[in-house]
Parts: sequence; C-alpha cells; structure tokens
Amino acid sequence: MKMRTPLKNVRHLGSAHEGADHFILQRLTAVANVVLGIFLVWLVAKLAGADYAAAKALLRNPLVALGLLLLILSGMIHMRLGMQTIIEDYIHGEGAKLAALALNTFFAILVGVASVFAILKLSFGA
Amino acid sequence: MAEAKSERNLRIERPLSPHLQVYRPLINMTMSIIHRMTGAALYFGTILLAWWLTAAATGPAYFNYVSDIFGSLLGRVVLIGYTWALLHHMIGGLRHLLWDTGRGYDLKMIDRLSWGSIILSVLLTGAIWFTQMPGGLGALVR
Repeated sequence: MKMRTPLKNVRHLGSAHEGADHFILQRLTAVANVVLGIFLVWLVAKLAGADYAAAKALLRNPLVALGLLLLILSGMIHMRLGMQTIIEDYIHGEGAKLAALALNTFFAILVGVASVFAILKLSFGA
Repeated sequence: MAEAKSERNLRIERPLSPHLQVYRPLINMTMSIIHRMTGAALYFGTILLAWWLTAAATGPAYFNYVSDIFGSLLGRVVLIGYTWALLHHMIGGLRHLLWDTGRGYDLKMIDRLSWGSIILSVLLTGAIWFTQMPGGLGALVR
C-alpha cells in the first residue's frame, strides 16, 4: 500500500523535509558574497584611518547602507549553512549536535540583527 | 540503531576504514581544510564587523576607542588575517563554483587551481594592505 500522498510525490522532499535547498542557497549566497565581499574590502579601505564624521557620512550613504544590509543578509545565511555543515561533520553526540546547531542559528541572527540595527541607526538616527 | 549500542557490540574492536593520516598530504586536501578554517574564522570574525558598526552608531568617543583597538599592532595583524581569510575563502569558493559546473577536475588543473588560490590570496592581501590602508602593512614593515 502506498503511504505517500500525491503532494508528497510531487515535492520529492523525502523524510528530511528538504531537498537541495541547503546546497542551492549556499551557492546562491556565495555568488552574492563575492560581489558584496569586494564591496566590504573597498568600504573598509576607504574608511581606514577616517575620523568619526567622515566614517558616519559614508556609512549613512544610502548605497553604502544598502550594500552593507545585503552583505549582512547574504553573509549570515551563508555562514550559518557553512557552520551547520561543520557541526554535522564533527559533532556526533545527538544532544551536543542539537545544541550546537541551535547556537549556530542564534549566533547568526544575533550578529546579523545587531549589525542591521547599527546600520539603520546610522541611516535614520540623529 | 539499538543493537549497535548493546554491550556485546561495544567490546568488539571493529576495523576502521583508512582515514586522513594514511595519505601523503596533497595540496587540494590542504586547501579543503583551509577553506573550512577560513570559513570558521570569517564566521567568528563577523563579531568584529558588528562591533565596528555598533561603535559607529554609538558615537564619536566609542568609535574612536574601537578604531584605536583596530589600529593597534595586534588589531592590524587580526585585520590582515581577516582580509586574507576573506580573499582565500572567496577565491577558493570561486574554484568550487567552477567545479559545480563539472569543469576543472583533471589532476593538473586541481593542483594549479589550489596553488593559484593560495598565491593570489596572499598577493591580493599584500596589495590591499600596502596600497589602500593608511598606516597599514606598509607602516608595519617600515
């Protein structure tokens, strides 16, 4: 007897409930990160040794803020997926693995949201 | 899975498949490990980016304080390392994207790509820090 619903067959996701999402998202963010990473190097070089007023003026520039926001979004997704792979490869205890995976997600979200908050505060704050 | 954990099975010294230590280290093996290590370093290094942005959003006094830390000798060494890790992971990642298309798998090409990534990442890091950073690597050497 077939236990799968027709929808299950169409989705082809199996018992893990996901398909190639991890692989594809890792590559997609990798491509974005090449462009955004070069942008970050440019930005840091431009700001190296700059005083506060100059740094703030540049970070408030809408295009710079947009680039940084995109970098943080793409970077956090990419690094969370990468660290997930490392954890799954090296941590074998089920409890420790679950804890590490949860911490991984918390870390990525914390760093990401803190950075986004700082950028928005620079852009919109006094 | 339950039977694998029984006491009887635990005592058996099972043969293990050959692992990393039986192979002569090859450059692409080393590159694979460096790709992971630079990835992990970049992961934790994002704290620096978040810290720096937060400092800029906080105010001049705290921004100058953090800038001084980043500008110190130790700070610059860390940032140079971060630059190299970023470039190495980026170039290594481009190599992986090439492999994803099914190209670049003959052994000579793999070696060339590996060495090319290492050399290019070091050269680019040096170029950025010598030319773009006021008081950067140039100041460390001078």
